[in-house]
Amino acid sequence: MTNEALQNLISSWIPDPIAIGLEFTEEKSQFLNITVQPEQLHQLMTQLKNNPDTKFDYLFCLSGVDWGKELGVVYHLESTTHRHQLVVKVKTEDRENPTFDTVCTIWRTAEFHEREVFDFFGIQFTNHPNLKRLFLTEEWDGFPLRKDYVDEINMIIK
Amino acid sequence: MGVNNTSEIPADFPGKVIPGGNGANILVTSLDDIINWGRANSLWSLYFGTSCCAIEMMQTGAARHDYSRFGFEVARPSPRQADLIIIAGTIVNKMAPVLRRLYDQMAEPKYVIAMGACAISGGPFYYNSYSVVKGADHVIPVDVYVPGCPPRPEALLEGMLMLQAKIKTESMNNKVFPIDGFDEGL
Repeated sequence: MTNEALQNLISSWIPDPIAIGLEFTEEKSQFLNITVQPEQLHQLMTQLKNNPDTKFDYLFCLSGVDWGKELGVVYHLESTTHRHQLVVKVKTEDRENPTFDTVCTIWRTAEFHEREVFDFFGIQFTNHPNLKRLFLTEEWDGFPLRKDYVDEINMIIK
Repeated sequence: MGVNNTSEIPADFPGKVIPGGNGANILVTSLDDIINWGRANSLWSLYFGTSCCAIEMMQTGAARHDYSRFGFEVARPSPRQADLIIIAGTIVNKMAPVLRRLYDQMAEPKYVIAMGACAISGGPFYYNSYSVVKGADHVIPVDVYVPGCPPRPEALLEGMLMLQAKIKTESMNNKVFPIDGFDEGL
């Protein structure tokens, strides 16, 4: 399915896409990018996986991002039957307690990816079965991949 | 093909060989010289590659450059059997205690080559990194630094030959253990 067809199909699922903050863009990307509000994330992802026309059964990348102001997660999806791809972005401005729904109930692979994102960005995932530090030590203070992370002992700032 | 039975004295042999007749010869040399000659030409390195420099180190050991020509005969997977550790790659804070333990487990005499920018100074991770050790010499004493990112096999070979030259200056009378006083910053 082409990016345009994907966009039309996904828009048709939702009665008023603009009102709930759904944005589409293809700018600077080979993929169709969808920005979705945290509240709609889990429902949209479930639909993307289960709908026979989209059937995104493969989460090939899950990354945490710190845009400076917002924190967010970017999901790269692919369908192994239709061979089309899609990028879903979700953001929040709450840096104290950023929380999204987990997608590891939809794609099991997200379990470790979300632990990594939690480890480096401190983003919480509700309903995650085992959300704890993955690479860093348990007693680590702070989240080193955030833009405002400070470590005066180990980091030399340029 | 065939076995060469004529005895030849290696060009770099430290000492004199006096033919004694009846197939027996007399060697005249000093213990320091002959021991250093043996040590320098039989340096077995430990497998220790933490990133891309390891690929270049493998190339240095492979057929084209072949460091066994210079006595770095084999790489050993155990620190107990190794004389040399080539730090080929980035050392992160989590890896530092492991590196130190491997070094401590090696038998004396032991030598260290820091290969590449990361092992020398943290390299491209010097700035703005929370996890990278800014030089392996914060963890263990280093004998030879080989710059490059990564260094070419020729550069590593040059570093290895420099280590051999360094070993040949050692003396049993005043042995130096690089680790002595290292943790106190001496």
